[in-house]
Amino acid sequence: MRDEPDTSAIAIRQVSKVFGTGEDRVTALAEVEIDIRANEFFTLLGPSGCGKTTLLRLIAGFDYPTTGEIRLYGEDIARLPPYKRPINTVFQNYALFPHMTVGQNIGFGLEMLGRPKAETAARVDTMLKLVRMEELKNRKTSQISGGQQQRVALARALAPQPKVLLLDEPLSALDYKLRKEMQLELKRLQHETGITFIFVTHDQEEALTMSDRIAVMSKGHVLQIGSAHEIYDKPSERFVANFIGETNFLEGEVLAVDGASASVRLGAGATVSAGVPDGFAPKGRATVVIRPEHAEVVAPSGAEAFAGTVSNVVYFGTDTHYYVTLDGGEEFMVRRQNSRGAQVFDTGARVGVRVDDGAARVLRD
Amino acid sequence: MAKTRAPLDTKEQPGFRGVALFCLFVLYAPILILMIFSFNSGSIVTHWEGVSLHWYGTAIANDDFHSAAKNTMIIAITATIVSTVTATLAAIGMTRVKPWKGLMTAFMVINLPLMVPEIVTAIATLSFFALVAGKLGINLGIGNLIIAHSVFCIPFAYMPIRARLEDMDLTLEQAAADLYATPWHAFRRVTLPLLVPGILSGMALAFIVSFDDFTITQLVAGPGQTTLPLYIWNQIRRPMTPEINAISTILLMVSIIVVAISFLIARKRR
Ligand SMILES: Nc1ncnc2c1ncn2[C@@H]1O[C@H](COP(=O)(O)OP(=O)(O)OP(=O)(O)O)[C@@H](O)[C@H]1O
Ligand SMILES: [Mg+2]
Repeated sequence: MRDEPDTSAIAIRQVSKVFGTGEDRVTALAEVEIDIRANEFFTLLGPSGCGKTTLLRLIAGFDYPTTGEIRLYGEDIARLPPYKRPINTVFQNYALFPHMTVGQNIGFGLEMLGRPKAETAARVDTMLKLVRMEELKNRKTSQISGGQQQRVALARALAPQPKVLLLDEPLSALDYKLRKEMQLELKRLQHETGITFIFVTHDQEEALTMSDRIAVMSKGHVLQIGSAHEIYDKPSERFVANFIGETNFLEGEVLAVDGASASVRLGAGATVSAGVPDGFAPKGRATVVIRPEHAEVVAPSGAEAFAGTVSNVVYFGTDTHYYVTLDGGEEFMVRRQNSRGAQVFDTGARVGVRVDDGAARVLRD
Repeated sequence: MAKTRAPLDTKEQPGFRGVALFCLFVLYAPILILMIFSFNSGSIVTHWEGVSLHWYGTAIANDDFHSAAKNTMIIAITATIVSTVTATLAAIGMTRVKPWKGLMTAFMVINLPLMVPEIVTAIATLSFFALVAGKLGINLGIGNLIIAHSVFCIPFAYMPIRARLEDMDLTLEQAAADLYATPWHAFRRVTLPLLVPGILSGMALAFIVSFDDFTITQLVAGPGQTTLPLYIWNQIRRPMTPEINAISTILLMVSIIVVAISFLIARKRR
């Protein structure tokens, strides 16, 4: 789906990137098409090797696309060198200049832009305050902790007030607690500066909690773009449904399609009404997904979507996972929050599985 | 309980101590003896008579020593500067470019002189300058020595500089470019400062190599172009006095000081 050209901060148009030739040929990106809106926290999510870093490097200018355009507010920048793009990067290993102090690192960009000394100095102080590092201005970068280096890298990239900030897995080197802290910090910084953030991660939870919108990538292709809700509740491809959260896949036969919903007879017996991805008309065999928390295990009454036998119960403290073998033979997982008074079923019990309205989705593939 | 230790700790191998001590002895005992006898008050190198700085006084007062020391310094310092600058440019040109076909060849061409026997280089250089003098009538005097030294010092200066460039984190230069530094500014503000320790090591190595070169200098040097190693060589063909020991010790000290200074500066830059 294309936005109006003027409303996109970054418009990636049919971008492909091919490395090597002959037998070594690798297509790192295949006709990628993304619109990133101004002031948005946009995340590229995908497993290792799917092309996230490659795409970021093309936007930063460290490499050039094989084909396609990259527009920054309408202007094609795909062939500009990095120092001519008003885009800054937070590197995964921070890449702080070891021979400069924290303050000199933060001021580097403004200095290179030829800003007056007084302005640079004032801005460095503002940035230090923004990332809460005032006391460490004159330290060498080797004399501060990993979390602090992370903040300096952020301050350095934000100081020249870029139009877009790129972050390549900036939190992956931090321990769990610090990572949670920096996630909030990043959200705060994005909010306070109003700069468009393009954030790369392979951690789906991080992507879901932080992003305004997410692009899910696999093998150089962008499979789906949408808000965390859209991606999670309405996955359009098997890969997306599988990669983000846990889900149940059920095979079935499309009986009828009515606009955005289809009625599908599942192998398990029941016929469900399932949502359909935009612009897709399913027919014949189709796969339907239902998230485990959008279903409920109840005493069998015959009115439920499925009936089956509990094959395993796993207790997780806050919730319980029921694995139900449906009468059609498929495994179905249900996640239920542990609240007082909830009925408990044991392994071997006959149960019914009720599915929330609108929970089932037809996949595109 | 059994003592745990690294499975192959060489220090624990039988005979290690003996071999190590023997090697150290062979390496350093002659130098030590040479230095001790430089303080001999008598005039025979191998016969100790008492402690004195007499021979240092004689050496320093000697005009031939002065002019040899002056020649050596002029040649070594010029050769160091020329070879280090060249080596730095070569190293950057070979590590900061897209790989091209001739890269391996270029690398070999730069490093080959290290493998060519020095006497071969010396004779080739001599023939070359003789040819230039004969055919073109050009004789640069001490300039010949400076050119010869500058050239054979290049691979020595090149090695540590290249090693440092290869170790350097390339994302630092990318970060500079990302922060609006043009290629020149990125080099000037990031690459070069981080390269300084490598350049200093290269300079120190080039200086030492030029400073104590004998073979090439011996063949290429014209009259009046005696350097310190040549001067010492000429002295030992006469009846030897501890003056030679004193001069050798001075040479050794200069070497040690140059290496120590470059080491200390390099360490401070880290
Ligand atoms: N310079 C290169 N030369 C050849 N192939 C490359 C190059 N850079 C990346 N690739 C290939 O392109 C594909 C995408 O790589 P990329 O680094 O973009 O993945 P990524 O999504 O960032 O993965 P990760 O999560 O592991 O960082 C990979 O198959 C990789 O091997
Ligand atoms: Mg990556």
